[in-house]
Amino acid sequence: MAFSHFIDRRKNPKGKSLGNRQRFLKRARAQIKEAVNKSLRDRSLKEIEKGEKISIPSKSTAEPRFRLDPETGKREMVHPGNKEFGKGDKIKKPPKGGGKGKGKKASTDGDGEDAFQFTLTQDEFLDIFFEDLELPNLVKRSLKEIKATAYKRAGITVSGSPTNMNLIRTMRNAHGRRLALHRPSTREMNELKEGLFALERIAQPSDEEIALRKDIIAKLEAMESRRRWAPFIDPLDVRFNAYEPTPVETTAAVMFCLMDVSGSMGEREKDLAKRFYMLLYLFLKRRYERVEIVFIRHTHHAEEVDEETFFYSRQSGGTVVSTALDKMLEVQRARFAAHEWNIYVAQASVGFTQSGDAKRCVEILNEAIMPISQYYAYIEILDERELEVFSNEDSGAELWRAYRTFAPAWDNFAQTRIARPQDIFPVFRELFSKNKREAA
Amino acid sequence: MEAAVEKQSLIFDDADWDFDVLQRTLEAIEEIALNDLKLDIYPNQIEIISSEQMLDAYSSHGMPLMYKHWSFGKHFARDQMMYQKGYSGLAYEIVINSNPCIAYLMEENTMAMQALVMAHASFGHNHFFKNNYLFRQWTDAEGILPYLDFAKKYIAKCEDEYGFEEVEAILDASHALMDQGVFRYSRPPRLSDADRMAKLAARAEHEELTFNDIWRTLPNTEEDEEEKEERQAEVRNIKLPEENLLYFIEKASPVLRPWQRELVRIVRNVAQYFYPQKQTKVMNEGCATFVHHYIMMELYNRGAIGEGAILEFLHSHSSVVFQPDFDDPRYSGLNPYALGFAMMQDIKRICEEPKAEDREWFPEIAGSGDWREILKDAWANYRDESFILQYLSPKIMRDFHLFAIADNAKETHVEVSAIHDDLGYRRVRERLAAMYDIGMHEPNIQVIAAALEGDRKLTLQHRVHDGRKLNEDTKDVILTHIETLWGHEVKLEETDA
Repeated sequence: MAFSHFIDRRKNPKGKSLGNRQRFLKRARAQIKEAVNKSLRDRSLKEIEKGEKISIPSKSTAEPRFRLDPETGKREMVHPGNKEFGKGDKIKKPPKGGGKGKGKKASTDGDGEDAFQFTLTQDEFLDIFFEDLELPNLVKRSLKEIKATAYKRAGITVSGSPTNMNLIRTMRNAHGRRLALHRPSTREMNELKEGLFALERIAQPSDEEIALRKDIIAKLEAMESRRRWAPFIDPLDVRFNAYEPTPVETTAAVMFCLMDVSGSMGEREKDLAKRFYMLLYLFLKRRYERVEIVFIRHTHHAEEVDEETFFYSRQSGGTVVSTALDKMLEVQRARFAAHEWNIYVAQASVGFTQSGDAKRCVEILNEAIMPISQYYAYIEILDERELEVFSNEDSGAELWRAYRTFAPAWDNFAQTRIARPQDIFPVFRELFSKNKREAA
Repeated sequence: MEAAVEKQSLIFDDADWDFDVLQRTLEAIEEIALNDLKLDIYPNQIEIISSEQMLDAYSSHGMPLMYKHWSFGKHFARDQMMYQKGYSGLAYEIVINSNPCIAYLMEENTMAMQALVMAHASFGHNHFFKNNYLFRQWTDAEGILPYLDFAKKYIAKCEDEYGFEEVEAILDASHALMDQGVFRYSRPPRLSDADRMAKLAARAEHEELTFNDIWRTLPNTEEDEEEKEERQAEVRNIKLPEENLLYFIEKASPVLRPWQRELVRIVRNVAQYFYPQKQTKVMNEGCATFVHHYIMMELYNRGAIGEGAILEFLHSHSSVVFQPDFDDPRYSGLNPYALGFAMMQDIKRICEEPKAEDREWFPEIAGSGDWREILKDAWANYRDESFILQYLSPKIMRDFHLFAIADNAKETHVEVSAIHDDLGYRRVRERLAAMYDIGMHEPNIQVIAAALEGDRKLTLQHRVHDGRKLNEDTKDVILTHIETLWGHEVKLEETDA
C-alpha cells in the first residue's frame, strides 16, 4: 500500500529523556537533597534500599507564564450540567482560600499544586544522600593489594587484532608508500584504456595508430605489473592501536561492624543499631568498591557472621562486650595485617556490660585497637527517656563513661548516641561528613 | 457451519495483534476513510512503541525529536510517577502534524484499540492537519522534523561551547514568553527554515575551511557586519506595537549574541508550530473522534469486526467522550472530545433528519443530506471559536445542559446570565465561543516602545480587557526573564483598552 506503512520502534533505545531528567535533578538539587534527608528519617530497614517518592516545593522549578488574575475583572463562563438554575439566579461565591470547589485555581506553574511530586530511583536517592560523606583518614596504601589493572593507550604498534586497527595511520602509510612507489592510479589506467578503446574502434587504422595502440598496450601492461608489486594496501602499512595493562592503585580498607545483640538490647534498640549498620553498609558498598566488611555480633560470646545473619537473624544471651573486641582483633590478625589495611571499626551497644568488663574494653582499645585503627566510632543506643537524663556528655551508661576517660587521647575516636530513628541520619552524617573532617 | 463462515470474514477476532493483522485492519479502515468518507490525508507512518517510549514522547510535547531542557525532565518525572502509581493511564496514541503523518501506537493496546487508534489518529487527525486552514497557513508539516533535528543539534552544540547554564538561562527566559511568542494576525516576515538552515550550514562550513588552531581560543561570538546590517534592517521594518515579544527581542535585543538569538528563534518557532493546535482542540479531537466512531461502526456493519471488538470499542469510546457535570469532582471544564464529537454527530443529524427547530437555525444545511461535504468544509475552514459560533445547536445546548455564569471579582455573588432555553441559546453560544477565543483569556501584551539608542528601555503594554489584570506572582519573575534577554530596563504598563 502506497499510503501507509508501519515501523516497529520497540527495539529503539529507551531513556531518551535521561538527559532531560539529569538537567532537572541538577536544577532542583538543593530542594531534592533536603527532601531526601527528610524522607530518610522515617524509613524502615527494608525501605532504605528502594527508590522513593519525594516532593519538592514547586516554586523552585516553576515555569512562569503571564496569566490573568482570576481575582480581578469580569468573566463569563459556560459550564455543563445545569440542574436547577434559571436566568438571573445568584450564587454565593465559595470563600477564598480553601474550598475552591469546582474548577482549579490557576496556579503559577499551571500544575495546580504547591508541591511537585516525583519518584527518584534508588541510585539517584542514595547518591544524593551520600553525596558529601567519606571514610576519614583513608591514607595507608597497601603494596600487596595491587590487583586491579586497567588498559591504557600506549601508542601504535605493527601487530594486533583487527578490531584495534588504526585506520587513519594505516591509510596514511599506504598513501605515502603508493606515492613513493609511483603506483599508477585507477584513473590514469582508465584514461589510457579509453584511448585504447577509441583506437580499437577505428575500422582501418593507419600505421601510426597501430603503433600508438601497441605503445598503449605495453604501457598498460607495465602499469598493471607495477600495480601488482605496489598494492593499494600492503601488510607493511597496517598499524594497530596498542594498549598496555597498567596497575591501578587501590586502597585496601576494612570496616568492622560490631553489634550487641544480647538481652539488654530490646527489639527497638536492635532495630536502631541495624538501621545504622544498614546505612553504613550501603554507604560503603556504594562509595568504596573495594572495602571489605566484617560483621561481628556478640552476646556473652562473639562470632563473625555474614550480612544476612547480621541484619535479619534473632539471637539473645548475656552481655560481654570485650568478647567482640577480642573477636575483632582475632579476625584482624588473621586476615587484615595492620600495615596493609586501613582499619575502621563501628561499634553499637546499649552501653551495659558485665561488671568490670568496661575496664577491660578500654584496655583492649587503648593497647591493641586504637593504635592500628584509622577511625573508631562508638554508637550508644539509648532509651528515649534516657536522652533527657543523659543530655550531659559526661554522664551515661557504663561503657560510655569508660570510653570518655580515654577518648580525648585519640582523635580518631568518636562516640555518639542515638535514641530515635530520626537521630540515625544526622549522627551518620556527623560521623562521616567530609567537611567536618577537613575542618578538624 | 455458519459461525465458521462468519469468522473467516472478520479481520481479527482476538485481542492480540501482529503486523499482518495490523496491515489488514489498516487496509479495511483506509477503504472506508478514502472511499466512503473521502478524506484527504498525508501518507501515514505508524510506529509501534512501548509504554516507556510513550512516556519519553509525552514529556517533550509529544515530538519524536526535541532539544534538551530540564522542564521536559520535570514533566517526565511527574508523568512517570502518575503512571507508575496508577493515578493516570497513558494516552492511547500520539500523532504528529508532519508529512508523512507519524502516529504512535502502544504495544500494550489490544487489537480493537489499535484499530480505534489508527482510525482516530492516522485518518481523523491526519485529515484535519492536512486540511484545516490554520495548519495550512501557519505550520510547515514538511519541515517540522528536519527543523527540530536542526534545533536539537544546534542547542547541544551551544551547550558544549558555551555551557549548560548559559544555554539554560536563555531557554528558561524564552520559554516564559512562549505564549507571547507567536504571530496571531499576520504571517511572519521571515526566511523559510530551509533557507535559514542552509545559511547556518554554510557558515559552519566556512568556519571549518578557515579553521586556524591559533585563533581557536579567541571567542568568535560577534556577528559580522553583513548579518548585523540585515538584522537591523528587519528591526526597522517592525511596526510598533508588536505582539510577538520573542520575535521583537530576537531581532532588536541590544545584548544577545548570534547564537543566543538563534535559541530564542528556535523557541519561537516551536511556539508558533503549536499555536494552531491550541485554537482547534474541540475541532481537531471532534474530527478524529467522529471519524473513528464512523469507521468502527462501519467496520462492524460490514461484518469486518465482531461483537467483542465493537463492545470493547464502545467502552473506550464512551469514556473518551464522557462529560462530567460542573458539580462533579471529576469536572475540569468542557471535554473537547465530547463537545466536538457531539456537535459533528449533530451536524450529520441536521443534514439527514432535521426538525423544525433545525430548519429555523440552520436553513442552509438542514435536510441537505450531504453531511460529508458540510463536515469537510467545517474541518477545513473553522477554528473552535468560529465553529461553535456557527454550528452549536439548541439541541446540543440542551443535551449538555449548558449555562453561563457571569463573575465579577468585585461582587460576592456570581450570576447565572443565560441557560439552555429560548431566551438563552444565543447568549450561551456566544459566551462558549468566546471561551475558545485565545485572545480573550490569554493576556494581550505588546511591545509599544523600545529605545534602541540612549537608555535602551523596553516598554511593554498589557491591554486590560474587562478589568482583568495580570497575576502578580508570575509577572515579576517573567520581567526578570525579559531583562535577561533584553539586557536593559524593561517596563510593563497595564492600560485599560
